[in-house]
Amino acid sequence: MRRPSAPTRSRCQRCCAVSDLVGLGARELARRVRARELSAREVTVGFLERIAARDGAIGAYLRVSPERALAEADRVDQTIARGDDAGPLAGVPVGVKDVIVTEGLETTAGSKILAGWVPPYQSTAVARLRAAGAIVLGKTNCDEFAMGSSNEHAPYLPCRNPWDLTRVPGGSSGGSAAAIAADLAALTLGTDTGGSIRQPAGFCGVVGLKPTYGRVSRWGAIAFASSLDQIGPMAASVGDAALALDVIAGLDPRDATSLDAAAPNLVAALDGGVRGLRIGLAREYHPAQLDGEIAAAVRAAAAALVSAGATLVDVSLPHTRYAGPAYYVIAPAEAASNLARYDGVRYGHRAAARDLDTLYARSRGEGFGAEVKRRVMIGNYVLRAGSYDAYYRKAQQVRALVRRDFDEAFTQCDALLAPIAPTAAFPIGSRANPVDLYLGDVFTLACNLAGLPGLAVPWGATATGLPIGVQLLGRPLDEATLCRAGVVLEHAQGPRRRPPEPA
Amino acid sequence: MLPRDEVIAIAHLARLALSDDELEALRGELSAILGHVAALAEVDTTGVEPMTHAMPVTLRLRDDVVEAPLPVEVALADAPAQRADAFEVPAVLRGE
Amino acid sequence: MTDWEPVIGLEVHVQLATATKAFSPSPVQFGAPPNTLTDPTVLALPGALPSFNRAALAAALRLGVATGSRIRTPCRFARKHYFYPDLPKGYQISQYDEPLCEDGAVEVWHAGAHTVVRLQRIHLEEDAGKLNHDGAWSRVDLNRAGVPLCEVVTAPDLRSADQAFAYMKALHRLVRWLGVCEGDLEKGHLRCDANVSVRPRGAPDFGTRVELKNINSFRFVKAAIEHEIARQIRLIESGGTVERQTRLWDGAAGVSEAMRSKEEIADYRYLPDPDLPPLVISDDELAAAKAALPELPAHRLERFMRDYQLAFDDADLLTGERGLADYLDAAVAALAEPTRARTLASWITTELLRELAGRPIEASPVAPAALAELIDTIEEGTISGKIGKDVLARMIASGDGARAIVARDGLRQISDQGALTTLAAEILAGNARQVAAYRAGNGKLLGFFVGALMKATAGRANPQLASDLMKKLLADPT
Repeated sequence: MRRPSAPTRSRCQRCCAVSDLVGLGARELARRVRARELSAREVTVGFLERIAARDGAIGAYLRVSPERALAEADRVDQTIARGDDAGPLAGVPVGVKDVIVTEGLETTAGSKILAGWVPPYQSTAVARLRAAGAIVLGKTNCDEFAMGSSNEHAPYLPCRNPWDLTRVPGGSSGGSAAAIAADLAALTLGTDTGGSIRQPAGFCGVVGLKPTYGRVSRWGAIAFASSLDQIGPMAASVGDAALALDVIAGLDPRDATSLDAAAPNLVAALDGGVRGLRIGLAREYHPAQLDGEIAAAVRAAAAALVSAGATLVDVSLPHTRYAGPAYYVIAPAEAASNLARYDGVRYGHRAAARDLDTLYARSRGEGFGAEVKRRVMIGNYVLRAGSYDAYYRKAQQVRALVRRDFDEAFTQCDALLAPIAPTAAFPIGSRANPVDLYLGDVFTLACNLAGLPGLAVPWGATATGLPIGVQLLGRPLDEATLCRAGVVLEHAQGPRRRPPEPA
Repeated sequence: MLPRDEVIAIAHLARLALSDDELEALRGELSAILGHVAALAEVDTTGVEPMTHAMPVTLRLRDDVVEAPLPVEVALADAPAQRADAFEVPAVLRGE
Repeated sequence: MTDWEPVIGLEVHVQLATATKAFSPSPVQFGAPPNTLTDPTVLALPGALPSFNRAALAAALRLGVATGSRIRTPCRFARKHYFYPDLPKGYQISQYDEPLCEDGAVEVWHAGAHTVVRLQRIHLEEDAGKLNHDGAWSRVDLNRAGVPLCEVVTAPDLRSADQAFAYMKALHRLVRWLGVCEGDLEKGHLRCDANVSVRPRGAPDFGTRVELKNINSFRFVKAAIEHEIARQIRLIESGGTVERQTRLWDGAAGVSEAMRSKEEIADYRYLPDPDLPPLVISDDELAAAKAALPELPAHRLERFMRDYQLAFDDADLLTGERGLADYLDAAVAALAEPTRARTLASWITTELLRELAGRPIEASPVAPAALAELIDTIEEGTISGKIGKDVLARMIASGDGARAIVARDGLRQISDQGALTTLAAEILAGNARQVAAYRAGNGKLLGFFVGALMKATAGRANPQLASDLMKKLLADPT
């Protein structure tokens, strides 16, 4: 994998060390760039240097594109020099998960089957970020085709948790989470199909926001499970994530599943506080056998919200234990369908073959990793004529019941507070059995099935210093309530904890 | 445990070439996953409409207005094999 | 010997007349250089998504309403999965158990009788690209991939290859009539597969059916189906059984061949397309589509026969194009006497169509009302039919109306008994030998005399009168 050499430091009047930039956050960086206290180039150079220095050990990025990034930075600086508005994210360095298409910048979905593919078109989310002045630094690491919960299904490069390099960063947006945690970007885009933004956010101690399904266009999001996938921002603060979502959300005629809804206007809602807000605790998300530290973290977060004026309500989501089975029918079925296009004919890896069937089977057999093959096999199994009703249709019915549970709960509360995962980040290689990995998704999956928004916020740590996170789940289109509560939790936590810098 | 033949049939449906080891491993893994999802049968879903979309969206229509297509060089830019501006594949025999 | 009854159902793919593809805005264009009509969606690039063409829906709805189909709302798109190089996504977007239209019918005139062929369904789908074979390699051109189609599926109501052919023609006419499809067969705008089986006449159950594909021309429809019927009968009568299979028609060789298939029946693993929410047709849209329906060809044909006294063949010809039928109606409306419709119609089918020489009726140099005026002028006796043809030529050349030309050029028919009699007598007087020969029994010489009278009047003598007069004078020896 290409490791960029450190770019030459730009001539800068106010000698800005890389360490000054790090930790400012996206909004503050943008403010300083627009106010000409910093140039976009300085910011970009600073982050590129940091990536060059640190990412070798972490593997947050699959590829970095310094030349493009510097060219974009210069464009932003020129816009500002002209006196024009460079946008609310001017100069903000961004990492983009490799399942999100970036025009002109190699995109592989973290898979060997797309090695070397350079997209000829732009994803809507990235287009909107760029229009807002953000600078794309590179593509972040992820599980292949976003299928995984640990970033271990990553054929190019392992990704490690910046807090403890022997542990997973979470998945599938492991690289995006690690990049924020290690300050290798001020914002990243991830995708969340079954928890893939929220869980790595929790494991890496950063903020991750999964929008309501349909909030953000999926044009350019390499499809895993079409009815579940959503692109969302990851950042070091709720405010930064909120700004990013405000920028990327909105109706896109090219995505028939995108919603024609009012703009989320999250930044304006941030300081609304939680006075009078009813926070639900679902008993199925707080089982007796839940890890003590995790349970304690959620209790403490609940207490912080109560201190700020919220009330707690006990609710029940009785179909929670069927969310996993439903998900592991629906997601693989849609994945099997979406991955049929990777056949070695028009792009991507093609194996040597003298006949067509061999060409297909070998190209896909060689190009796809084990987890992807598992899901494609399961997907084809459940979609076979004769299996459809018992599996896919049944799962979609159970899905409706899962959603109904939430709708019912939201008549009694305004947002739910829950753990994100049953454990903190686990050691790399410790979960060999795929089904074990699947069981770790239990707290995140239902939200995707129901299409609801979810916000992961860091809260506390384990005794050994590993981050723990909590998640807030909300009504459709009500990211604002989640952000308000998230901000309260942030303030209660105090200054952001950062992983130790290496010696 | 899924019969080996069935796994082979699904692999063909999915156009996945699998080694014997992969086949055996998948056989076990698929069986385990199917065991995990079997719980769905316990749920009473009488009269429940399958949920296909998270929000009540209906299909928006696109106006029938031409947008410039991709230039042929771009369309073929990543073609693993091409000839005369077309994607090339081993001959398709009748009946395949 | 068993009396075998063929049972046939047709599945016709109709290419909808839209500017862009079904699910993306690349243009639809025949004969473009390969792979010049693609976009991320057509190429099935990672991350691309479909967006549905409003005009494709409108066309399908028109066809559904015109066939009296029940319109399903909402209807849904489904993914039909199989691997093939001309199918970029590895699935075709089609419709499965929730199609747009069900239980319609197409009216077909066949063997002089009006029949109704029931439709099981009409649904929307996208076309695949094209595969060109070249020795050990095949080449994929995706220009056609994504073009919008309606698949029209009949019930197994057809009972002969002839009837199947008549149905195809009727469907072809209908889709052009409605503007749903341009109907250019050279461009493959209508393609059909046939399901064929045979059973002893009177048997309650259907025989095993065979699917016939690759019938890539209208004229092959009859031949392919007849061949298959014969093949099945031969097979059964020699003790064999018909296998459920798919056979490919080879037009050049005039035979079909069973497809080699590794799987018995393809498992398409239908999945409601999660990228395309349910398609709703509002009551207003449906009402508007119904209100916008023109009078359909079969009805018009019947009306022409009934109200204009046209023979079936003429009515059929004149309802071949909506423009032609409209022309006839407009012209009849302008006639002074509606009973002249039949004559007017024959002038269209002979003189006007010959003049147009293959150009569409919209290019007619003579407006409907102008033609009506010409017919009136003839039928009321002002000019003869023969002069009428001359007048028509002058109308086309000058753009003037029939009456104006007749007056200006003095083409009025001469029907004055007295004047004609005088001329006739002169002719007889000047041709004594022929008179004698006629009276001796050579009746064919009448033509000579009538011809002479026509010539003497520069063609303007009323031909019937001229003939009657000559006959009378020749018969009277005094």
